[in-house]
Amino acid sequence: MHFEVTLRHPLGALGAGIRLQSDAALCAITGASGTGKTTIANCIAGLRRPAAGRIVVDGQVLFDSAAGIDLPPNRRRAGYVFQDARLFPHLSVAGNLAYGARLARADDGWIGQGEVVELLGIGHLLDRRPATLSGGEVRRVAIGRALLSGPRFLLLDEPTASLDGARVAALLDLIERIRDTLPVPILLISHAAAEVERLAGHVLHLATPDQPPVLDSRTAFA
Amino acid sequence: MGLTAAEWTVIGLSLRVSLTAVVLTLPVAWLLAWLLARRRFPGRVLLDALVHLPLVLPPVVTGWLLLLLFGRAGPIGNWLEAAFGITLVFRWTGAALAAAIMALPLMVRAMRLSIEGVDRRLVEAARTLGASRLRALLTITLPLSAPGIAAGTMLGFARSLGEFGATITFASNIAGETRTLPLAIYSGLQLPGGDGAVARLATISIILSVGALVASEWLVRRGGNGQAHAF
Repeated sequence: MHFEVTLRHPLGALGAGIRLQSDAALCAITGASGTGKTTIANCIAGLRRPAAGRIVVDGQVLFDSAAGIDLPPNRRRAGYVFQDARLFPHLSVAGNLAYGARLARADDGWIGQGEVVELLGIGHLLDRRPATLSGGEVRRVAIGRALLSGPRFLLLDEPTASLDGARVAALLDLIERIRDTLPVPILLISHAAAEVERLAGHVLHLATPDQPPVLDSRTAFA
Repeated sequence: MGLTAAEWTVIGLSLRVSLTAVVLTLPVAWLLAWLLARRRFPGRVLLDALVHLPLVLPPVVTGWLLLLLFGRAGPIGNWLEAAFGITLVFRWTGAALAAAIMALPLMVRAMRLSIEGVDRRLVEAARTLGASRLRALLTITLPLSAPGIAAGTMLGFARSLGEFGATITFASNIAGETRTLPLAIYSGLQLPGGDGAVARLATISIILSVGALVASEWLVRRGGNGQAHAF
């Protein structure tokens, strides 16, 4: 199993708790805003502690309230691409890309900077500051920074939010390429049904807080 | 404007006292600023009040409190002398201590504002990329609070340069040892015919203070590009 996430007890807006098991290369969590999608991502990345539950990614236990396991975020190796990107404003694009790469242990890294730069088409941006990038460029650099940190899995939170049509298409192609060519499971958080439909092997629909979430285990793209 | 040897001594001493005070206070002030801006712990309000005390107390009272604590008979002064042979009263190091304590609240305030302005979400991002708490502090919070560090340093330096009340109370007014610019100006005013020296030293004070202001503005501007929290 790539992802085994069980979060019990209410956390934030999330009323019923969730249960997700997926072996798909890309698994999606979807639902209207306010249903706790980003909260789940933050729990998985270790930025927020769920009241109780268990989070296992590729056999590595990241959190287990029963066993008293709670890895700090820097040891979870979540390649978290935030909805708001969060590039470091005081570093160049190259500095942002190198930030996580420098901290990764040698045997955790599975992709080189050259390959990432080429895949994302950001070679011409390396000397620029984040403040001078367009929305699509920011998103691509954020994905590159996550890929280079030697992640165990990618966590994409609304990767196409605030992008215009052509850029959305380009980014979806890119995510598809990462899904099909790189050895890293992806958890996609998205409210866009079409996007999820196209990319995901497994889909977890989060309903409003008073309704239990529904796991739809379509495997068409798995 | 010819300066006498004694006046050069005053200027050199003032710079030595102020620079020592600011350089030694800098890391302490930043850590205090970070604690007050980012951490919640018991005694936080008390610590905040303690840091601000020199700002609201009459400087003479601060000097007297320093005398109680760091004087030869005081608990800390006694220990420093017994353990390291360090004496602070009537020494330039004592003047530096008085200046440091008086500068501390201004430095903490400027740095704290700047640290509060650093987007916490950037620290979270650093953590997910593999940075420990300490590394995230040093590589994200510290550099992004640079404008506050520059502003705090300038304010602290200017405050140290102008320190009078706590210094004269704690370290006294000894020529060549603790007689900094403000003390020398005050002493000059007490002497018949001291007006020329007073004017010269006052001019030097103005030049140094304005110089510190310009230097810090320049530092902020130079280090400030790309600091906007776009993402």
